[in-house]
Amino acid sequence: MFLKLRRYKFLLVELVKRDFKHKYKGTVLGVGWSLLSPLLTLLVMKLVFTQFFGRNAPHYTTYLFVGILVFGFFSESSKGGMTALVGNSGIFTKVNVPKYIFLLSKNAQTVVNFALTLLVFFVFCLIDDINFTWRFILMIYPIVTLTLFNIGLGLILSALYMFFRDMQHIWSVATRLIMYGSAIFYMTDRFSPDMMVVFRCNPVYDHIAFIRKIVLTNTTPEPWEFALLAGFAAVMLLIGGLLYKRYNTEFLYYV
Amino acid sequence: MSKPVRPAVEVYDVSIRYKRGDLKQIGLKEYIIRKLTGKLRVDDFWADRHISFTLMPGDLLGIIGMNGAGKSTLLKALARIMEPTEGTIYTHGRISALLELSSGFDKDLTVKENAYLRGALLGYTRDYMNEVYPDILAFSGLEDFEDYPFRQLSSGMKSRLAFSIASRIDPDILILDEVLSVGDGWFKKKSEKKMREIIGSGATTILVSHSLGQIRSLCNKVLWLNKGKQVEFGDDVAGICDRYEASYKGSSEGQRKA
Repeated sequence: MFLKLRRYKFLLVELVKRDFKHKYKGTVLGVGWSLLSPLLTLLVMKLVFTQFFGRNAPHYTTYLFVGILVFGFFSESSKGGMTALVGNSGIFTKVNVPKYIFLLSKNAQTVVNFALTLLVFFVFCLIDDINFTWRFILMIYPIVTLTLFNIGLGLILSALYMFFRDMQHIWSVATRLIMYGSAIFYMTDRFSPDMMVVFRCNPVYDHIAFIRKIVLTNTTPEPWEFALLAGFAAVMLLIGGLLYKRYNTEFLYYV
Repeated sequence: MSKPVRPAVEVYDVSIRYKRGDLKQIGLKEYIIRKLTGKLRVDDFWADRHISFTLMPGDLLGIIGMNGAGKSTLLKALARIMEPTEGTIYTHGRISALLELSSGFDKDLTVKENAYLRGALLGYTRDYMNEVYPDILAFSGLEDFEDYPFRQLSSGMKSRLAFSIASRIDPDILILDEVLSVGDGWFKKKSEKKMREIIGSGATTILVSHSLGQIRSLCNKVLWLNKGKQVEFGDDVAGICDRYEASYKGSSEGQRKA
């Protein structure tokens, strides 16, 4: 499947450009919103949780920002991935192109978007007196595994959405559940070990925890944490890939 | 000694089925309701049934039949957009399918962006697009509209651009759904000339057209479909077209009497 990608590079680039254009259609700030919207979310959350709930852990801003950015990346990719096939059905019912290309282009767009927000994040790290060390390079690892995870999940969600349009509403509720279960604005140190196992079952939480470890405590995550992230990505890609292989010729009948 | 020529397209007993009213189509809620009330009916609809034919390189096949005869579905299967439910299709060489040309454009992209996207979809490379884009623009006569978003274009302009990009293909097998010519007046002539050039370059061509005149003058083989079934296939173009014409003239006169 990925061997063919070279042939479709031009198409992929054009689709990514189109997806960006759609995202900022009619806005004055355009791509500036990629930077501004996580910043505003940060501002709101910071205000709510420090002023109303009295949270004041050290580096709470950075703690919060990691959660917001990673969750935002996940939520945008999964939602965009879900609608990637239905949204492009006008194309793949007329032209013979591999349908997964639309999912890849959507994910490529969200990765670029996430990379932009990371720039803002690094500026905030500076302001928040975070030590920049060589370990920051390790952040590439969770970004890669989360991207692969998102693609696998997108393969599953887009196929389901093709057959049951109800998925859209189910997924928005599920996303909210994942958000509250990802320890974006609260600390997990007061939970029991049993409860922590539940947290660890949430891949979004694991990715957030991985990055926080690097940025906030300046330690290298344990080998099992590396394995966990890769495991989630592999399982999702496998399930998504099998589902896609089995059903992709039938999508056409349900547009 | 010359090698025996291999057929360009071989279609063996192809059938294509649409399912209507099954779980995936009507959604979970509707499925349960119909199941409970005993109203669940899944019917098969065969768009094409037992179609077989063979084309040699350079052949020009015209597919004729009324609306709903299964022409477009068959073209989609030949273009590999759809898989036949039964039967097999063998094709040898690069396939280009031009189906419903002016659909599938993005209304928010500009003329230039849409042209590049369409080029990419048709399998052109970026270098090739850079090279031919000025010609495409000139051929379509849209030089002054390069940076207009697509939604501000008239439908004639859209189809002109679609045709101008698509006519750059260089396939071994060409599949056409009513796109021999587009637009009106000057562009109609220009596009028809261009299409005849492509067809004349030796590509095996499969063509759906409602203009029997076109089929008679262009094609050397004809496939007549009626409600998904193959009525006739062969190289007796005039004969098949005559019988097809007689069949629907008869039925419309019959309707008039009734």
